[in-house]
Amino acid sequence: MQKILVKKDSYYDSVFLMLINKEVKQFDGVKDAVVSMGTEVNTGLLKGMGLFNSEIENSSPNDLIIAVEAETEEIADKAIQAAKDLLNKKKTQSQDGDEYRPVSLDKAVEILPDANLIVVSVPGNYAAREVKKALNKNLHVMLFSDNVSLEDEIELKELAEEKGLLMMGPDCGTAIINGKPLCFANVISSGSIGIVAASGTGLQEVSCSIDKFGSGITQGIGTGGRDLKNSRIGGRMMRMGISALKNDPETKVIVVISKPPAEDAAKKVIADLKETGKPCVIHFIGLKPEADSGNLHYARSLEEAAGMAAALAEGKEYKRRVFTIPEDEVENIAARETEKMNSRQKYLRGLYTGGTLADEAMILFESGIGGIYSNNQTKPELVLKDPHVSEGHTIVDLGDDVFTVGRPHPMIDPSTREERIVKETDDPEVAVMLLDIVLGYGSHEDPAGAILKSLSDAKKKAAARGGYLSVITSITGTKGDFQNMEEQKKKLESIGCIVMPSNYQASMLALKIIGRTV
Amino acid sequence: MNVKPVNELFNEDLVVINMGLESFAENLKDQGVKVLQMNWKPPAGGNKKIASLLAKLGR
Repeated sequence: MQKILVKKDSYYDSVFLMLINKEVKQFDGVKDAVVSMGTEVNTGLLKGMGLFNSEIENSSPNDLIIAVEAETEEIADKAIQAAKDLLNKKKTQSQDGDEYRPVSLDKAVEILPDANLIVVSVPGNYAAREVKKALNKNLHVMLFSDNVSLEDEIELKELAEEKGLLMMGPDCGTAIINGKPLCFANVISSGSIGIVAASGTGLQEVSCSIDKFGSGITQGIGTGGRDLKNSRIGGRMMRMGISALKNDPETKVIVVISKPPAEDAAKKVIADLKETGKPCVIHFIGLKPEADSGNLHYARSLEEAAGMAAALAEGKEYKRRVFTIPEDEVENIAARETEKMNSRQKYLRGLYTGGTLADEAMILFESGIGGIYSNNQTKPELVLKDPHVSEGHTIVDLGDDVFTVGRPHPMIDPSTREERIVKETDDPEVAVMLLDIVLGYGSHEDPAGAILKSLSDAKKKAAARGGYLSVITSITGTKGDFQNMEEQKKKLESIGCIVMPSNYQASMLALKIIGRTV
Repeated sequence: MNVKPVNELFNEDLVVINMGLESFAENLKDQGVKVLQMNWKPPAGGNKKIASLLAKLGR
C-alpha cells in the first residue's frame, strides 16, 4: 500500500528531513518511507524504488515529498500524519523565538549589519552563488556544503584572496574562530597555537590533543580538503591562513595539517611557514616526515603534531614516543586482549566516522602489516569491492558518500555504524574492532552510548564462539564538550573496550594486538 | 598578501549569519554568539532555468 503526499513550497533542510525519515521508517508496519525535497536526485531515487506518481514527477526542489509504503492504508495514513506532526513541531519551535528569518542575504545583512562571518550549508549546487554574494558583502565565509565544483572553488578563493577574506571550504566541516567552535568542532582551551587545516577531523583531533596536553589554541582555520591537494587551488586558503597567523601577535606557534598535498602547493606553503619566523609544525598525513630544519618541525601523527606544538608553545623540548602510558602497561593490555582469542581470529575491522582518522589508521596499518582494504585506499587492488562488505583487514570510512546517500553523516546519526558493527559480529575471523568516538558540537549527543549494545553483543557472540573480541577506541573530544568525555569513556570501559588517549595510540595498540594473533 | 580583514576578524566578536542547517545556528547561540538564521529556499523555487537567469542578472 503506497501513499504519497507532495506539499508545495515547503522547504526543509536535508539533515532535518533525514532524521524525520528515520523515525517514519521505524513505524510498525511501514515497509519503506522517504521524506525529502523534490530534487532531481530524490525524485530519481523514488522512481527507482517504485514510490512514484505524477505529483512527484512534477515536483520542484522547493516541494516536500512524504512517500510511504506500508502494510495497510491505515498504517500509511498514520505514518504520514506522524511525519507531518514532526514537521509542524519543528515549525512551531522555530517560530517560538519570534525571530524574523530573512530569505535573502541582502535582507540578512540589513538586519545584522555588524555580521562578519557567514556559515553556508545549503545544497552544493546553489552554494557558490550565495558565497559569491557574501564575499561581495565583505563577509568571511565558512562553506560547509560539498558538491561545489573545482572551478567554483577557484573563483571563490580568488575573490576571497582579492578581498583579504577567509573562504573556508567547500566541504569544510570544522573551524574554531575566536574560540568559537563552528559546525563540527570541540570546545578547546585558548592558548598560543594557531592551526590551519585542510581536514575536518584532522583539525578536531589535533585541537583536542593540544587541549589534552594542557595547551590551547588561538584560531583553527579550515580550508576544505582540496585546498592543497589540487595544484590549481595551490593552497590559496592555507597560505592566507598562515599569513594571518604570522601577523597575529597572540599566535606563537603555527600548525598545518593536510592530506598529501600537490608538490608545488606544498613548496609554497613550506616557504611561507619558513618566512613566518615562528615555530611551525607540519603534518602531511601519509607523507614521510622530513628532517626538522630551522623553525620547521615535522610530525609523524596528528597527536604528535599537537604534542610538538604544545611543547614549542611552552619552550620545551618534545620527546618523540608512541605511547603516553608506560610501555610495559601497553604490553600487558596487548597480552590480555589476545590471550582469550581463538586461532581463527586474525583480522582487524576499523569502523570510522571521521575520514582523516580512518586515513591515519589505514596508513599506520599499511606501513605496519600492509594489505589493508578500505574505501579510502589509494592502491586500486585494496579498494573494497563493496564498501558495505569487509575483506581481510579492513578500515572503512563510514562518512564516505556511499554511506550517506539519503541518511545523515554517522557522526550525527550513529545507526550506520551500529548496523556495520552488527554485520561484523557474525564474522568469526574478526579479532579487533578499532573505532573513533568524535565529540563536540555537531556530533551525536551520546556516540558511545549509541553503539554500546551492538559492541557488547559483538563481544558476547565472539565469546560464545570460544573466542574474544578486542575493541580498541579513542575519543576525539575535550572536557568542555557537552557529551561529557569522562562519561563516554566510562560507558566504553564498562563493557570492556580499551579507550586510548588518541587515534594514533589506539591504532598502534590495535596493530600490536593484530601482530600477536599471527 | 592582503589578510588585514582576517586579522581584524580575530579582534572582533563573531557575528554570524547562518544559511542552511539550523543546528549550526543553535550551537552558536548556546555559546553566546550573535547569530541570525536565514530562511533560505532554493532560488526561483528550484527552477534551474530561471535560477541561472537570475544568477546572470546578479540577483
